[in-house]
Amino acid sequence: MYTEKVMDHFSNPRNMGEIENASGVGTVGNAKCGDIMRMYLDIDENGVIKDCKFKTFGCGAAVATSSMATELVKGKTVQEALQVTNKTVMEALDGLPPVKVHCSLLAEEAIHAALWDYAEKNNIKIEGLSKPKEDIHEEEKEPEY
Amino acid sequence: MEKKIYLDNAATTKTRPEVVEAMLPYFTEKFGNPSSIYEFASQNKKAVDEARGIIAKALGAEISEIYFTGGGTESDNWALKATADAYASKGNHIITSKIEHHAILHTCEYLEKHGYEVTYVDVNENGIIKLDQLKKAIRPTTILISIMFANNEIGTIQPIKEIGQIAKEHNILFHTDAVQAFGQLPIDVNEMGIDLLSASAHKLHGPKGIGCLYIRKGAKLRSLIHGGAQERQRRAGTENVPGIVGFGKAVEIALETMEERKEKQIQLRERLIKRVMAEVPYTRVNGDRMKRLPNNVNFSFQFIEGESLLIMLDMNNICASSGSACTSGSLDPSHVLLAIGLPHEIAHGSLRITLSDENTEEEIDYTVDKIKEIVNKLRQMSPLYEDYLRGSRQK
Repeated sequence: MYTEKVMDHFSNPRNMGEIENASGVGTVGNAKCGDIMRMYLDIDENGVIKDCKFKTFGCGAAVATSSMATELVKGKTVQEALQVTNKTVMEALDGLPPVKVHCSLLAEEAIHAALWDYAEKNNIKIEGLSKPKEDIHEEEKEPEY
Repeated sequence: MEKKIYLDNAATTKTRPEVVEAMLPYFTEKFGNPSSIYEFASQNKKAVDEARGIIAKALGAEISEIYFTGGGTESDNWALKATADAYASKGNHIITSKIEHHAILHTCEYLEKHGYEVTYVDVNENGIIKLDQLKKAIRPTTILISIMFANNEIGTIQPIKEIGQIAKEHNILFHTDAVQAFGQLPIDVNEMGIDLLSASAHKLHGPKGIGCLYIRKGAKLRSLIHGGAQERQRRAGTENVPGIVGFGKAVEIALETMEERKEKQIQLRERLIKRVMAEVPYTRVNGDRMKRLPNNVNFSFQFIEGESLLIMLDMNNICASSGSACTSGSLDPSHVLLAIGLPHEIAHGSLRITLSDENTEEEIDYTVDKIKEIVNKLRQMSPLYEDYLRGSRQK
């Protein structure tokens, strides 16, 4: 069901954990839908992401997308991190099953939410970043039988 | 452990070697169509009726009341759709429960789209149907009550005899989906007042693709599959002779071994429950502790998600199942776990283990060790657990 890369990031997640006094923390998703992702960013004075960690409650794909997302934003500037989309994460994992695409959206939202938190704490405006949605599943529909 | 540990016997079971052996000749030299006139083929009719006889006896039914189908799902579809059709002049109301298998629930949804009305009765926190609610739901237009014998996810056994009595008092047909119960629990259709019963072979160490519907003599029922005159003109299609023979053999063995299997499985089940509850904190057992299938265990582990747990168990050669949303392709967790009142986040963290008589104590102990290790690992990863710990630190 999952690609080798997804399985690799699921069984050996990179950057799992917390950052004390993080520059920005973002939590997205909800327990009702079965996935919650939390991203911690450590951003230096030049706006470079020095460290990124995650914690995730969710399925294999949710864990793998969080892990991959942390790898993709680490060392990047805030502006570069904004370019990491759900598509980037999915491609880096060699794809996800269709029912798991929402996990990659969650990863993108989690990065944005952490960046939003960083911007609010520092009273700055990040070009191209909008306030994260309350619930990323609100636009998804249940399949019909 | 090198060897695979199979703990998903509610999904399907391994076909017993004796069953395979009984089936084999019907693929090779005894391949004939039972409806053919010549001797070698018409002998297969005997083989089919022999199996029918074994199953009838197992249910306390007449041989003419057993109809072979393509499996449990077909039996459920047939029982519901054909009853609805045959009794449409009497009424259009069906009563079922919130924790039925999808073969029942989605068929009910289909019937609702075609003008029928369905009441989905609630269950209590252990998954036992609320009989007072069931009684109150009965209308003059009620034509069928369909309540499963035992639940596939949490193993809860329903008060079938009482439901049968209620149905009889109101002159309503009573169908039960006994797919999980048949072969594990004693069933007597007359004593329990069952008019229609679905069963499947592959849940009791028989082959896949074969099941049956018991139809009480006198119950009106239209055909679901139209064509030839097989199965007393009620279910068309050339008989799946090897499947039927295998089904018969599997039922024969299931009846012979029922008591000893029950004892062994309950012992393993209780060992598993006792150890997990003692060694893994923030865990609950779902379903009734006493009125429960001998081989079923269903846990909820707080703060973790079921699919992750299943994949990690699989990496350790352990096959189990979950009521997690992710395993079903929908975002909602198991309707059964929600119906017994579990909040979403706890329903997402469920694990179903269903045993067979081939499992050993050693396998159970190894599984508990792995569950402990994996649940701990996933909790370290969980923001819900982090929040919980932070919350209790602040208190």
